[in-house]
Amino acid sequence: MKVIVPVKRVIDFNVKVRVKADQSGVDLANVKMAMNPFDEIAVEEALRLREKGNASEVIAVSIGPQAAQETIRTALAMGADRGILVKAEGTVEPLAVAKILKAICEEEKPGLVILGKQAIDDDSNQTGQMLAALLGWPQGTFAHRLEIGDGNIKVEREIDGGLQTVELKLPAIVTTDLRLNEPRYASLPNIMKAKKKPVAEKTPADYGVDTTPRLRVLKVAEPPKRQAGVKLKTAAELVGKLREAGVI
Amino acid sequence: MTSLVIAEHDNTALKDATAKTVAAALQLGAPVHVLVAGQDCRAVADAAAKLSGVEKVLLADNAAYAKMLPEPMEQLIASLAPSYDAILAPATSNGKNYMPRVAARLDVPQVSEILAVESPDTFRRPIYAGNAIETVQVPAGKKVITVRTAAFKPVESTGSAPVEAVSAAADPQLSSFVNEELSRSERPELTSARIIISGGRGLQSGENFHLLEKLADKLHAAIGASRAAVDAGFVPNDYQVGQTGKIVAPDLYIAVGISGAIQHLAGMKDSKVIVAINKDEEAPIFQVADFGLVGDLFQAIPQMEQELARLGY
Ligand SMILES: Cc1cc2nc3c(=O)[nH]c(=O)nc-3n(C[C@H](O)[C@H](O)[C@H](O)COP(=O)(O)OP(=O)(O)OC[C@H]3O[C@@H](n4cnc5c(N)ncnc54)[C@H](O)[C@@H]3O)c2cc1C
Ligand SMILES: Nc1ncnc2c1ncn2[C@@H]1O[C@H](COP(=O)(O)O)[C@@H](O)[C@H]1O
Repeated sequence: MKVIVPVKRVIDFNVKVRVKADQSGVDLANVKMAMNPFDEIAVEEALRLREKGNASEVIAVSIGPQAAQETIRTALAMGADRGILVKAEGTVEPLAVAKILKAICEEEKPGLVILGKQAIDDDSNQTGQMLAALLGWPQGTFAHRLEIGDGNIKVEREIDGGLQTVELKLPAIVTTDLRLNEPRYASLPNIMKAKKKPVAEKTPADYGVDTTPRLRVLKVAEPPKRQAGVKLKTAAELVGKLREAGVI
Repeated sequence: MTSLVIAEHDNTALKDATAKTVAAALQLGAPVHVLVAGQDCRAVADAAAKLSGVEKVLLADNAAYAKMLPEPMEQLIASLAPSYDAILAPATSNGKNYMPRVAARLDVPQVSEILAVESPDTFRRPIYAGNAIETVQVPAGKKVITVRTAAFKPVESTGSAPVEAVSAAADPQLSSFVNEELSRSERPELTSARIIISGGRGLQSGENFHLLEKLADKLHAAIGASRAAVDAGFVPNDYQVGQTGKIVAPDLYIAVGISGAIQHLAGMKDSKVIVAINKDEEAPIFQVADFGLVGDLFQAIPQMEQELARLGY
């Protein structure tokens, strides 16, 4: 079966964003960008499925500006077979991303789509679930471990109280959590090879999807700042302060 | 029109995430109904009926909802959606799982993890690990919202709403529950505890978390952890506090051997009082801490415990 992995180009996780002075958004000029960390985990998992013989082909898809091509190249360098870049400027909301992915799934007929659980820029945690609903497929979100069976997949999931395992009929949607695997680094020869792998370029219109945002962002502001407090010398002093503050 | 809140529960007890979500829903200014979907969960519906401000409780009691699997939950909520103008769920692992399916089904965007209701169609929510707060306006049509429960105070339990049974929707039978491994603990739950003591990589092993447990026993605290401590296998995954773990805002948060990465701060920086215990004076955690103790945790924690014992805790 084919596996599709949607990969989003986001601000690097080590960068602390700055809100623009006019509160219109965050400043992304000259900021280091990278593949969403959960999507690296998704690519890695797809590659492992292919290496185990469970998957025949791994297709990386990104929706974003021309520069999202780099994110697809990263996936190809890790080992994905080909890419699809759907070029769109500005914010593309999870619902629109899901609609584009749905159209791609109808064309490609994958057995599995593995997404990240959350993009670390919009922190939405929506796209995989939306895609599942649009396709009428089952979903295993926040995946901790996968096991492919005959026409089904077992997904062990990270939930609030611990771990839960569900069994899904294939085709299905999986979203990754942090401990599913440790993504590999791309080797130099593989980075070179990735340059020759095919990347198709599309537009949302090719899939009949309007990407105009539906939510209106009125303002983007700094969160309230905390002041650094006092440093204390001893544990006894600390206990005293906590009693004074009335919290213990 | 009316707002519908989806209850969080485990078929026996109503979780206080529900009372917090009702608090958010009431701010929309419309009557609030609560849906309890589960199996053999009448007691949960009765508890939901007491939540102040709730006008009616809908009870969908069916084996299909025993584990709140997202596919049947989507069908059920979508079947009720025509009567509602807004649908809200807590941003728990359940709410995050089924709600976006409902939004997609209704062809509306979802507003994730709201922190505040500015007006019935305008909400504040965190982006970039809480380093920016966006104010968004939802277009006309149905609203699908998840609520960051740490940002709302639970409503009280002084009401008495009627409970009405609703029929189950068709189950698409695409998924089934296999099993669950839940962490058992006598301690308060992370997301409702008044005091949390969290350990990081500095703890060095799962064994050493016993040090924190002894302190937690004295303070009736919950235990949390950084991602690094979970990844290293010191504690189970559900202990993780942060951008991609649990979001907490207790009265007191004690971070022990945690450096204070952006992603960790995202989950705890709205706590009332923050304490950091770290041997590295430069650790970023000190920038958000009200009280800092620079030193070796293996000395500081037993000393704290002794001091508390001396004071009769
Ligand atoms: C996509 C993504 C999502 C993430 N989500 C989360 C999340 O939800 N939650 C989260 O926590 N992290 C998250 N992280 C990880 C985060 O970036 C940090 O790596 C992590 O928080 C570090 O954990 P730590 O502070 O325990 O470890 P470290 O950064 O290694 O810090 C250990 C600290 O312990 C101190 N220490 C060591 N020994 C002692 C001692 N004897 N006494 C006192 N102090 C001592 C050290 O000085 C140091 O400051 C995420 C990362 C990514 C990429
Ligand atoms: N523009 C995009 N291009 C490709 N994949 C995306 C895009 N947006 C979201 N995704 C996928 O959906 C996941 C969840 O994103 P979100 O719902 O925005 O938190 C990400 O981890 C990606 O796998």
